[in-house]
Amino acid sequence: MGMTMAEKIIAAAAGVVSTKAGDIETVTLDRLMSNDGTTHLTIDMYNNKLKHPRIADTKKLVWIVDHNVPADSPKTAASQKKMRDFAREHGIDFYEGQGVCHQIMMENYVRPGELIFGADSHTCAYGALGAFGTGVGCTDYLYAMVTGTSWLLVPETIRFNLRGKLPKGVYARDLILTIIGKISANGANYKAMEFAGEGLHSLSIADRISICNLCVEAGAKTALMEVDEVAMDYLKEHGREPKACYQSDEDAVFAETYDIDLSTIVPIVAKPHFVDNVVPATESYGVKIDEAFLGSCNNGRIEDLRVGAAVIKGKKVAPKVRFLVVPASRAVYNQALKEGLLDIFMEAGAIVMNPNCSVCWGACQGVIGEGETLISTGTRNFKGRAGHKESFIYLASAATVTASAIAGQITTADRV
Amino acid sequence: MGKIFRFEKDVDTDQIIASQYLLFPTIDEMKTHTFESLNDTFAAEVKPGDFVVADENFGCGSSREQAASVLKALGVKAVIAKSFARIFYRNSINIGMPVIVSKELHDVVADGDEMELDLKQGIITANGKTYSCTKLPAQMQKILDQGGLIASLNKED
Repeated sequence: MGMTMAEKIIAAAAGVVSTKAGDIETVTLDRLMSNDGTTHLTIDMYNNKLKHPRIADTKKLVWIVDHNVPADSPKTAASQKKMRDFAREHGIDFYEGQGVCHQIMMENYVRPGELIFGADSHTCAYGALGAFGTGVGCTDYLYAMVTGTSWLLVPETIRFNLRGKLPKGVYARDLILTIIGKISANGANYKAMEFAGEGLHSLSIADRISICNLCVEAGAKTALMEVDEVAMDYLKEHGREPKACYQSDEDAVFAETYDIDLSTIVPIVAKPHFVDNVVPATESYGVKIDEAFLGSCNNGRIEDLRVGAAVIKGKKVAPKVRFLVVPASRAVYNQALKEGLLDIFMEAGAIVMNPNCSVCWGACQGVIGEGETLISTGTRNFKGRAGHKESFIYLASAATVTASAIAGQITTADRV
Repeated sequence: MGKIFRFEKDVDTDQIIASQYLLFPTIDEMKTHTFESLNDTFAAEVKPGDFVVADENFGCGSSREQAASVLKALGVKAVIAKSFARIFYRNSINIGMPVIVSKELHDVVADGDEMELDLKQGIITANGKTYSCTKLPAQMQKILDQGGLIASLNKED
């Protein structure tokens, strides 16, 4: 019987010839990423709970301070100091203020065929380069850090065959919101979501990260995409080689298969308070907003900033609206500077922030108040996710978010 | 007997413990904010031995282990839901807090009802009736029996 991409990566990581959905395998991890959301707790357990504290392979660890940057309180500062000191003492690769963890991982580490644990649910983004990334809590992380291994229930796979091209003015964000709306917030729980087909080749790496990143909002354990020329070019540009490039076998068994014609996708908005609560953007036209956010591991790349800048060039942010623009990494920030994009945003009246999780994390920058409405390229629109528990978040593409910032109400880029 | 705190479907981990508390130095400092957005008296009212009962997809969203940890720190004996999001499920077992799948319980109990759980037999008693719950996979039952993943690692070490 053939294997899926997910089964092949797990089999290789487990050192077995084959495996199948439902089996449990002990795997060796290729990489272990952790950020300031939980690492202080991991360190406390390392210091106080382990009989024999040790790190299996320090070279595999990457620690990134990206959630509350710069620190917003003495408590945050203390937790981040603990992380910084431990990383220095043990020689762990450490980043701070350089961007959102997943963007740093994509730019510097992820290779096709790898199995990566990240102490962050959006680790599934790494599937954009054909790597099996999955989110774990800090106890799983600590176990893997100490032993170099973990156990995994091999997931079933839902396969999405893509064909055609997205229409002008429609983006990867619209596609993945459409898919999540179709299969629901737990439609892929415990499963892998795999994307393939000729339609994939028309999508940039930025598009692919945006798609894979959001798969956890359907409950997915991981997201995976076949490695093609576009992915190989990205790797070459960043000086990396694949570990292994996998495709699902012809006779692999999928839990479900969807065929999606990209040309049928339209601009989408996810309404409060669930990511699967999606409607065509036209149905949310006119909803007044107080804040707009362009950034995050989902849509803070240079491609997204170019889209936003093209929409807002020569126009102004609506009075009384805050428009926060947050490049996803230092590399993105520098590139946007070079291209004059940050000038365009500043002249339009936007607030340009340092690379970090920002509004998407909802605890540090751009927090919204009681009764306020945010339109965001962030990952989630859960109740209170961006601030007060009685506030409202709509999710949309970079183009729709920027257009809404100009209009002061939800609208699409063709109307501003 | 423990009291039931009842929740609906798709309760995400941001609702269990919001982002603004996650970088607090310890779980004990976070736990008073548990479920703040959905039930702001929960943390004050819940007593050791009480239960959280929910509909489908409990614990979806962020991988923050703090969501499971604050419930355990407040003394929640087990979470019983129709289904769980995978990271929360795994985190709960890893810290030694039972998570139990029951497709029936949520529909037949009210907030504030009392229930009893026989973890070994997988039997819940509530309002004079008994309900059987789904067994954990052997791998996870073993971790839970040993008191969580770190206790299990220390035992092997």
